[in-house]
Amino acid sequence: MSVYPYLIAVWLFGVGLWGVINSRNYLHLIMCLMVVQASTYVLLLSIGYVNHGTAPIYQGISTKALVVDPIVQALTLTDVVVEATVVALLLGLVVQASKRFGSIDPDAIVRMRD
Amino acid sequence: MNAFLAFVLTLVGVVGLLVVLTNDPVRQTVLGGVLSLLLAVVFFAVQAPDVALSELAIGTVAVPLMLLLAIGKIREHRAREEEMRE
Amino acid sequence: MRRGRLIVGGLGVLLVVAAFAWACTGLHAFGHGTTRYGEMVARATVPQRAATNAVAAVTFDFRGVDTLGEEFILFIAVIGVSILLRSLRSETSEEETHIAAAGPRGSEFSRWLAAGLVGPVAVLAAYIVAHGALTPGGGFQGGAILMAAVAAIFVGGEYVVLLTIRTSATWLDIADALGAAGLVVLGFGGLIAAGTFFQNFIDKRTSGLLTGGIIPLANIAVGLEVAGALLTVVAELLDQRLLSTRT
Repeated sequence: MSVYPYLIAVWLFGVGLWGVINSRNYLHLIMCLMVVQASTYVLLLSIGYVNHGTAPIYQGISTKALVVDPIVQALTLTDVVVEATVVALLLGLVVQASKRFGSIDPDAIVRMRD
Repeated sequence: MNAFLAFVLTLVGVVGLLVVLTNDPVRQTVLGGVLSLLLAVVFFAVQAPDVALSELAIGTVAVPLMLLLAIGKIREHRAREEEMRE
Repeated sequence: MRRGRLIVGGLGVLLVVAAFAWACTGLHAFGHGTTRYGEMVARATVPQRAATNAVAAVTFDFRGVDTLGEEFILFIAVIGVSILLRSLRSETSEEETHIAAAGPRGSEFSRWLAAGLVGPVAVLAAYIVAHGALTPGGGFQGGAILMAAVAAIFVGGEYVVLLTIRTSATWLDIADALGAAGLVVLGFGGLIAAGTFFQNFIDKRTSGLLTGGIIPLANIAVGLEVAGALLTVVAELLDQRLLSTRT
């Protein structure tokens, strides 16, 4: 039971990656990328967890209390916002592709360009 | 590692699978919002309130909004493309 | 052709997942995180940096250079979105008044709800940005919530107000750039005043909202940047949507 969060992260990663490979629609591909991102967040935060630890905010608790690791939380926090903007960039690319080629099917666009 | 955390992690795994298996983009957007909400609950349970706040604000408001606007625009392009072909 | 690709892809995914799972069994058990660096940083937050939010201290003070890098990723991604989507603007601007008059409206209840929510949510965003060094929150969360306040206008159906936002896209760009530049200026301030880039150079003996030296200022800069960036993206996508709605 003590590796369960890691297994969930591995599961999400595999499922998302399979969705990206198997996708027939660029929007579906972007959503599967978001599932892969979720897997990295779960993995990072599970690494830093300490049993009976509390959140690393020192309001009202002594400075010697047992807290979880704040560094992985800082990494995940900036990551969440930045990856939302990268998804926006991908959406801009998909909208451009749809206007130029008229479809958002990866296979159809590859055939069209030949 | 208590029962609540195990339960929510299982839900996250199930909803992640559902997101990949759905084909309609609008339904996928809603399921993505649900996935972000469940992730925020997981982050609270792992004692990470900062990350949970960030994930809530971004994953339930910003990303579905951008996705729905892009879906609408792509449907316009498709409709105009079919009009021009006729 | 596609089936062959799927089989090879499936094998690859299985291999990666197996290797990943095997690597995870070599990690420490869940709940026994033993990172010494994290423990040292957590203990040093209150005495050294005079801030109670250890995560904000790590983001803006101990690892400020990493945050600067992420800021620039955000900035460049938004520049990319602007370049991609502004080149699709080929319609003339006579459509604007046409759309403003005939745009679809939301239901009455949703308009009242949105109008009631915009003010409190904007104040909440400012509160979360300002108290970033003390309680959970900070620039990233506050910026996203500010963007949610503007999105509430969209849900309420007030397309006219959103047209104003679109034409004021230059203000959003300025806000975005100011936020990014603000963070760099704070870093250079540390370099000039104390000899190390991003060193916390402001006097930390004050109390109240100004504790933490550089952290509240960095929070404000980041909040401005995140809100400006997300609103620019929404304005570009909305622009496409509005301009092509023909009646």
